[in-house]
Amino acid sequence: MIIKADETLDTFGLLCPMPIVKTALKVKEMQVGQTLEVLASDDGIKEDMPAWCRSTGNEYLGIEEQNGEYRVYIRKLK
Amino acid sequence: MADKCTIVVFSGDIDKVFAAFTLATTAASMGMETEMFFTFWGLNILRKPKWFSGRTLLQKMMNLMNRGGADRLPLSKFNLLGLGPAFMKIMMKRSGVPAIPEMLDLAKQLNVKILACTTTFTFMGFKENDFIEGSIDKFVGAAYFLGETKEAKVSYFI
Repeated sequence: MIIKADETLDTFGLLCPMPIVKTALKVKEMQVGQTLEVLASDDGIKEDMPAWCRSTGNEYLGIEEQNGEYRVYIRKLK
Repeated sequence: MADKCTIVVFSGDIDKVFAAFTLATTAASMGMETEMFFTFWGLNILRKPKWFSGRTLLQKMMNLMNRGGADRLPLSKFNLLGLGPAFMKIMMKRSGVPAIPEMLDLAKQLNVKILACTTTFTFMGFKENDFIEGSIDKFVGAAYFLGETKEAKVSYFI
């Protein structure tokens, strides 16, 4: 996946609910249209991030997994 | 109007309270207007860890046995005189999970409304200064909470 995100959020080593809570707090500070890359090690992120995007009306761009480390990409729409 | 989530925190057990805060902080992160109603043992989370509180002798004895403090909650199983929660706190810390006092701060930061039960407050003989300053947004009764819950799409009793 070739996405040059505007911002990066590192949640390595944190468990649910922290990656999502930190994402929400981070997105709040961002501008509409900007993209965010979330680094995570919690497997829950695979289902949680798409659900969070659906629920908040933001765009889920995709996920990359490598050795149990995730890079999730989202775009702020609201 | 934003979706609403209401949660009754009846329990004062660290594991159950952790579940309550996980749901509350996530609901708020998902853009839901979130309210937590602390009643019975749940009020211990908002109490300062004082040895003595209460007005009557019975209240004072009860509150001595049931000391408050978000950092000294028992575990619902395998409490073993405090050994269980001590292990649990170490495990939570090692796993990157916030402790209960941090969860309370996080909930406040996410604008989760903290409601406290007036009935428990009165019969346990508490005073306002028995609670952490600024932790409680409103003291309410069942009718207020039910009114809020009627408008909520999601509600839990923990």
